[in-house]
Formats: sequence, C-alpha cells, structure tokens
Amino acid sequence: MHDVAHDDSKGQYFWVWGALLVLTGIEVVLGYRQVFEPVRMLEVLLVLSVIKSALIIAYFMHLKFEKAIMRWMLVISVTACFIIMYFFFFPDAGRILRLGVK
Amino acid sequence: MADAALQHNPVAGHGSAGEFEAPLFGAYSKKVGMWLFLASDSLTFGALLFAFSYNRIYTAWPTPFGKDSIINATVMTACLLSSSLTMVMAVFAAQRHDRSWTRNWILATMVFGTAFIVLHGMEWTKLIHEGLTLPGFPKSAGQMEGEFTKVSSGVPQFAATFFGLTAMHMLHVTIGVIYLGVVALRKWFLPILGALWLAGFFLIPADNVFHYGIHALLVGLIVASVILFLKPKDYDAQDVEVSGLYWHFVDLVWMFIFPLVYLMSTKV
Repeated sequence: MHDVAHDDSKGQYFWVWGALLVLTGIEVVLGYRQVFEPVRMLEVLLVLSVIKSALIIAYFMHLKFEKAIMRWMLVISVTACFIIMYFFFFPDAGRILRLGVK
Repeated sequence: MADAALQHNPVAGHGSAGEFEAPLFGAYSKKVGMWLFLASDSLTFGALLFAFSYNRIYTAWPTPFGKDSIINATVMTACLLSSSLTMVMAVFAAQRHDRSWTRNWILATMVFGTAFIVLHGMEWTKLIHEGLTLPGFPKSAGQMEGEFTKVSSGVPQFAATFFGLTAMHMLHVTIGVIYLGVVALRKWFLPILGALWLAGFFLIPADNVFHYGIHALLVGLIVASVILFLKPKDYDAQDVEVSGLYWHFVDLVWMFIFPLVYLMSTKV
C-alpha cells in the first residue's frame, strides 16, 4: 500500500485534471474545425490521447510512485503487445485492400 | 499476508525463520492482480480501436456527428475526468482512515459515472431514433428516415464500430459504478441496485435498446450479492485503491474513444 506521506501533494492532481481538460478542449477544436486531413488528424489526436493517458496512468493510477520494476514491466509489456498488434493488423488489412475481397 | 510482506524489512530480518520475502513489485497482491487484469483488458480495447482506425482510414467514412453530439460527448469526457479526480481524493481519504470522506468521495465518483452513463444512453437513444441502428436493435416508435439511416445502410461498419466500442466502454463504466457502490456502501448498495434495475426495466419503453441493456444491473446485483455473501468484509484503503485503478482505466480508455469515434466523425 502507498505510504500516505509520499512526496506528492493533492495540488498536483488538480493540475493534472486541469491539463487533461485543456488537452480535451484542444482535441475538440482540432476535430470540430477539421484542421488536418483524416490520416494526419488521426495521428495528431492519437498523440494527444497518448499524452492524456500517460498523465492518467502516471498520476491518477499512481504508477509514477510504484517500484521501477513494476513500472517498466507494465509499460514495456503493454507497449510491446500494441506494437505487435499494429504490425500484424495493418499490413494484413492493407493486403486485403490491395488484393480485393472476392 | 500481503501487508506482512510489505512491512517486512528484508535487510533487518534476513535469515529469520518464518519471515516473508519482500514482494518483487513492491505492491500488495490485489494491486498487482488488478494491474495484470487492466493490461489484458487494454488489449481488448486496443484490438477494437485498431479495427476502428483501420475502417476509418480505408473506408469512405461518414462524418455525421453535429454540434449537439460533440458538445454532449465533451460533457461526458469532463464527467469522467472529474470522476477520476474525486476517486483520487477517495483514495487519499481511505489512506488517512477517514471513512466518512472516503464514502463521500466514492459517491461523488459514482454520481459522475452515472451522469456519463445517462448522457451516453440519451445520445444512443437519439442516434437510434435518427436511424443509426444495428440489425438486432428494436425499431423505435417514430424512427426517422434521415442521414443516419443512409449511414447505417451505406457504411454498416460505422454503426458496428460505434456501437461495439461505446457499448463495451459503457459496460465497463456500469461495472465500475457497481464496483464502487459495493466498496462504499457494501450490502446497503444491493437494494439500491435492485431498485434501479426494476425502475429502469419498468420505466424505459420496450422499443428502447436500454429496456434490455438494463439487465446488466441484474447481473451486477447477482454477482455483487454472491461476493458480499461469500466475503462480507469491511473494505479498507487497499480495496479503495484497487477499485480506483479500475475506475481510472475506464477513464483512460475513453480518452481514446472520444477523439477517435466522435472527433474523427464530425460534420464539416
């Protein structure tokens, strides 16, 4: 269990909450005004989502304050799974498009 | 046992008979278990989001969401983000053994979570009424033939991915609210849950998809009853923290669904 007295104050959680709301606002403006073409928009929104999720995982889920082995094991294993998923999924999906669906 | 392991000083107690080794991850077993579950659940959502992204890029994707839908989804996002903050406060209150404020903060989290579910339910009902539907959905009275009807027939992947992703997430939020209700109120939450299920079943019209979806509460009621019957414990700070991990994960997943599903389909 976490020690109550670890070096984080409640104030930083309000800052994180504010940052998440601001990032959400930026996403809404970008999306609603269609600032980029779809593929670029997908990339930009995904980058912003990754930043938001990193803030949630690090601060709200307290992973930042866990032992290094737990932090790295979780981050590396989940990221590796997503990378593998990406390299399996998209090339195969593209192949179906190139060959056509019979 | 996990507590004993955590409080053990591996250096001072080295070699003493009957002592525990320090845990590898420096955390109690329930927390490690929840992290492992969340890692596996993230892959479930990851696969759904990859499928959505693929369809979004390689299909002539419709962009039917207007200002109302985007405002509604933004308010839903704010609800979830705020619920995460109140959950953090609940964990702090639990760690300083303040039972009253722990319960209050968890209840605040549940209010935000319930607001999210209600807003999302209203959004679904509106979209189905406007013609965005799946073959298994009941046909609502006075269902309109509009832009969404063309979307449903022209690009069936749109409705399939929209309802698939958001239903999966809504189910997680519902499970989260029930989980927090059990942690905060224990057996006193069961009659509340039962009343909500009955009220939902009798008040939601039969042509609304949530007339059937509300039975998720009945399943939750049965599972929560079994858990509370088998282990009627008083939930401590560890339990609150573990339930918080689940809740933050639900928030985290929405951070991907909101931009991908809603913002990538806004009406130009």
